[in-house]
Amino acid sequence: MTAITQIRRNDQPIYLDYQATTPMDPRVLEAMMPYFTHKFGNSGSRSHAYGWEAEEGTEKARAQVAKLIGADEKEVIFTSGATESNNLAIRGVAEFYKDRKNHIITTVTEHKCVLDTCRHLEQQGFEVTYLPVRQDGLLDLDVLRAAITDKTVLVSVMAVNNEIGVIQPLAEIGRICREKKVFFHTDAAQAAGKIPLDVEALNIDLMSISGHKIYGPKGIGALYVRRKPRVRLVPMIVGGGQERGFRSGTLPTPLCVGLGEAAEICMKEMDAEAKRLKKLQERMLNGLRAKLTDIVVNGDLEQRIPGNLNISFAYVEGESLMMGIKNLAVSSGSACTSASLEPSYVLRALGVEEEMAHTSLRIGLGRFTTEHEIDTAVDELVRHVTKLREMSPLWEMAQEGIDLKSIEWAAH
Amino acid sequence: MAYSEKLIDHYENPRNIGSLDKSADDVGTGLVGAPACGDVMKLQIKVGPDGLIEDAKFKTFGCGSAIASSSLVTEWVKGKTIDEAEAIKNTDIAKHLALPPVKIHCSVLAEDAIKAAIADYRAKATRKDDKAAE
Repeated sequence: MTAITQIRRNDQPIYLDYQATTPMDPRVLEAMMPYFTHKFGNSGSRSHAYGWEAEEGTEKARAQVAKLIGADEKEVIFTSGATESNNLAIRGVAEFYKDRKNHIITTVTEHKCVLDTCRHLEQQGFEVTYLPVRQDGLLDLDVLRAAITDKTVLVSVMAVNNEIGVIQPLAEIGRICREKKVFFHTDAAQAAGKIPLDVEALNIDLMSISGHKIYGPKGIGALYVRRKPRVRLVPMIVGGGQERGFRSGTLPTPLCVGLGEAAEICMKEMDAEAKRLKKLQERMLNGLRAKLTDIVVNGDLEQRIPGNLNISFAYVEGESLMMGIKNLAVSSGSACTSASLEPSYVLRALGVEEEMAHTSLRIGLGRFTTEHEIDTAVDELVRHVTKLREMSPLWEMAQEGIDLKSIEWAAH
Repeated sequence: MAYSEKLIDHYENPRNIGSLDKSADDVGTGLVGAPACGDVMKLQIKVGPDGLIEDAKFKTFGCGSAIASSSLVTEWVKGKTIDEAEAIKNTDIAKHLALPPVKIHCSVLAEDAIKAAIADYRAKATRKDDKAAE
């Protein structure tokens, strides 16, 4: 079957939010369909053909996921998604080894589900170190090395950041962890299927994967758990002992099959897709820079997945920009779009000033993004940024040469 | 977030964008908010010899609700005396635009902007009177 180039209907906005979720690839849906209908068996049923057939589906999927990350299929367990995988990896390890070690290291730019899991563990008496990142969004390896103590059980560092797309130095982190005999967990929700990942070469002990970030279904994910040297976990969900006892519950066969198929497609098309997306990313950035001044890319541009751009459009507030670009579905780091009324904690952690964080957009490109869509998006962004700057008092002051920092603003 | 038609209209077709000569005696300028908080409003009024506000201009850095709130108040203050303009309440702005609860602060900021512009105008007028008395 050939790749489908357009997923959205013509009356829908252009989808540029691939870090939030991805549409399912039609090839994935096709692989899943039989498992909703006639191949409906419980993969745990050992006594008849229905069960065997379902098991064949889940085990093929497990192998497909394992292959994507250079693992053995016995090391992959299915979960409901990356949030569950992250919870299980971090809490599972912490609780299993708590009699000997009680210290966990992570970074301030992790996804909320990692940070909240760590907070939860802190309340239970574990010690957690939240490492800062550099201005480019990357972890300083010396800082990591210095933070590891003989009480450290786990280092959890995400592979690719969901807001700024930067790729952490996984190989170096893995080497340091192995050397210090500390487990290394990585949240690879945004990385798997997009950049080559090999758990052996990178010395990764635990890895979280999400289905819906790789053109697979929502509600399914995986956790890689190393067998040699063995990583042990206390399960979060207990019951029938499925998934080597790490995660009980009947496997959702169609979702597992979908995740497996999605992983295989990503693996086959990764190189070509990365090149294509890199061109689109450059096209977008060059298009914007040709017509707009005072735009800043947040996070390192080289150590970054090609499907992400996070840009601050100085002097233009993010939500008002999103209201203007109605034909584009993007996400903003502005406070006005978040429930907390705080601008993005990831951008703040990079040292991006609050006023610049308020002007940021996250633009996510993916498998179904076309050149034409990029060109349309550039036009819309240029038009609306220009319009909003004309009505921005900050832009006016900047044009008059007034240093905005010299003004005593009344915080409210 | 679903916004009212009136709000979207003010966002898409903002009234009275621009600047007046801030050094002129008959112009009052209010600059409120802070870039770090995500909204800054500049609102200016020009008061005629009859004491009525004959022109109003604004520029706003902020979300759609902030832009709409400031656009609306420039419309409202025109033709009013400064005392009448000063009586405009943020609740009226919020009600007119049907602002969602998380956006009420935008209407507060718009009220502050009018008050600041009026205070600036009055301060200038007082200075002028003092000079004339000398």
